[in-house]
Amino acid sequence: MVRVLAFLVGLFFSGMLLLSFIWGGVAFVSEPPVPTAEKEFHKHPEKAGFSFEGPFGKYDRAQLQRGFQVYSEVCAACHSLHQVAFRSLADLGYNEAEIKAIAAARQVPAVDPNTGEATTREGAPADKFPLVYPNNVAAAAANNNAIPPDLSLIAKARHDGANYVYSLLSGYQDQPAELVRKFPDAKTGEGLHYNPYFANLNLAMAPPLVMDGQVTYGEGQPKPTIDQMAKDVSAFLMWTAEPKMEARKSTGIAVVIFLLFATVLAYMSYQNIWANKKH
Amino acid sequence: MSFPWAEHYTPKNPVMKWVDERLPLPRLVYNAVGAGYPVPRNLNYFWNFGVLAGVALTIQLVTGIVLAMHYAANAGVAFDSVEHIMRDVNSGWLMRYAHANGASFFFIVVYLHIFRGLYYGSYKAPREMVWLLGVVIFLLMMATAFMGYVLPWGQMSFWGAQVITGLFAAIPVVGEPIQVWLLGGFAPGNAALNRFFSLHYLLPFVIAGVIILHIWALHIPGSSNPTGVEVKGPQDTVPFHPYYTAKDGFGLGVFLILLALMVFFAPNALGHPDNYIPANPLSTPAHIVPEWYFWPFYAILRAFTMDLVIPFTGIVLIPAKLLGVMAMFASILLLFFLPWIDTSPVRSGNYRPLFKKFWWLLILDVLVLGYCGGAPAEEPWVMISQIASAYYFAHFLIILPIIASIERPLPLPGSITEAVLAKGKFEGEQSAPPGMGSDTQPTGAA
Repeated sequence: MVRVLAFLVGLFFSGMLLLSFIWGGVAFVSEPPVPTAEKEFHKHPEKAGFSFEGPFGKYDRAQLQRGFQVYSEVCAACHSLHQVAFRSLADLGYNEAEIKAIAAARQVPAVDPNTGEATTREGAPADKFPLVYPNNVAAAAANNNAIPPDLSLIAKARHDGANYVYSLLSGYQDQPAELVRKFPDAKTGEGLHYNPYFANLNLAMAPPLVMDGQVTYGEGQPKPTIDQMAKDVSAFLMWTAEPKMEARKSTGIAVVIFLLFATVLAYMSYQNIWANKKH
Repeated sequence: MSFPWAEHYTPKNPVMKWVDERLPLPRLVYNAVGAGYPVPRNLNYFWNFGVLAGVALTIQLVTGIVLAMHYAANAGVAFDSVEHIMRDVNSGWLMRYAHANGASFFFIVVYLHIFRGLYYGSYKAPREMVWLLGVVIFLLMMATAFMGYVLPWGQMSFWGAQVITGLFAAIPVVGEPIQVWLLGGFAPGNAALNRFFSLHYLLPFVIAGVIILHIWALHIPGSSNPTGVEVKGPQDTVPFHPYYTAKDGFGLGVFLILLALMVFFAPNALGHPDNYIPANPLSTPAHIVPEWYFWPFYAILRAFTMDLVIPFTGIVLIPAKLLGVMAMFASILLLFFLPWIDTSPVRSGNYRPLFKKFWWLLILDVLVLGYCGGAPAEEPWVMISQIASAYYFAHFLIILPIIASIERPLPLPGSITEAVLAKGKFEGEQSAPPGMGSDTQPTGAA
């Protein structure tokens, strides 16, 4: 009885699936899927070659500081970093006085101790980076209806995130004539900017890095080309997304070495115990 | 329970003697996973995965309890509280990455455990109850994992909760009220997040309870083995401790190395980047996908693209979505009936040449389904998953009973010991560690 019912249920599901398959196949042949501009012109991120890649990779402190400079002078006008506390900038190699100065240069929300009204005060190391806009409505109103995302986690919120940020920032270009010819409807709209690394090819953000030397780097640092600035700020945003990466990797190496040793011992004791027992 | 030649517990330490006389807990442990449990001597590495699943559950419980101390189950702050764990809690990143990857490894070892059971016929008499309880554990794991994935309240959390509870909305008439009841609202929100957290904390302990029943049921007939021939006498068994504790210790080392490699060097490889974007009810992700361990079932769900209609009338009997939901639940629930569907008296796939071929086909089929489930719902993936889903149901519900009736099994060895000694003759005195390679050659039966 069980087998008869099972047979019928199996026949029903498999039958429906095969019918769906035939139906889908007919539809696929009669109306093949139309190619889209996104499918043909979207590019995967270029490899920037970061110092933190691989199991032994570490952050380059000087690069993180340059990236922080690019963030502060360019991105911070619209993008917040609200998961990051000023105190954690110590990871980048800043000392206490420098961190205090960085925090104090920014206004954070506060309550007036005399009147109880909302006000602002200078930031302290324990504060997090303040929001740029008080809420999403204000953010959208100021940016042609597009909300600039918080960047704290952006390098983990996209596939191949650090390379993605680098490619996006250095990848703005004019829309290829071939694209407009093949897909006239996909012409980049008013207020949008063509970028093959963006999922739907057109994003609201205007190219933020427009010329070499836009940010002035300190002595002994590489030349601030668009490519270099894009790479530096991408490295910085990887750090904001994964500040514990170095501790994670160094712990991991110790853990794996310990486990390898323990596993060899476990294997030897297994062999020893079973030595006289055929199995 | 157990075999007559099982070793008896005799406490050497006076404290243990005192405890054992008043509460025979030491005796219980000794008989369950100690020297008092005789186990077939020929188990291969595929018998490691039960213990590993237990270890994986323990890792989840320990890391989960620590995470719950720092997590806040409130839709307004849940996402930020996870980032607080990642940045400000001492070793919080380790707890969270171990918990997230630990869930994946729990599923990996449980899937291997299940497919071992399928190959060696561990679901057959007299071990049906062990199998049934195992399927219950699997269902509880799926519910727990799904609710855990909602807790970080990222984009995939939110939309996953929306899609999965939306499956219930496909049920005619009562479906939508059921979805609203499950979520505590019309869309995932604070009510849903709170109850999911509560249940996510509860269910692992329910799983632990069912595992105790699973092991209890296992100890009535004793463990199965790669030959599928039952234990005939003391020469066929070895005490669980130290023989299998030692072997499981080695397996555990390998398991922990692989887990550590993921946790420390690729902690986000198995997750979806969208879950680092805070939940936003106004923005639907381009591709909503569950975690990888649900992909085969997700592929079955999406494979149904055609309504069941009465021809030429246009009357829809069952809409495609409901068919998909029915099939997805059926794909797991059919496992409950497996002991009575596969009627072959031979347990082990080693002695079932035809069954063995189809078992490999099933492995391939589930891998294909998994790939399709993770891919976007476009051609050719939908059509491939339709064929693969059709095979999945056909394998369990149609092909297995047919194999059982037409197959001519190879001759079985007279006993476990006979099989072991015959194998030794072929491989010399220093026999290789048992594994799939040596065991798939049924030399013992020749």
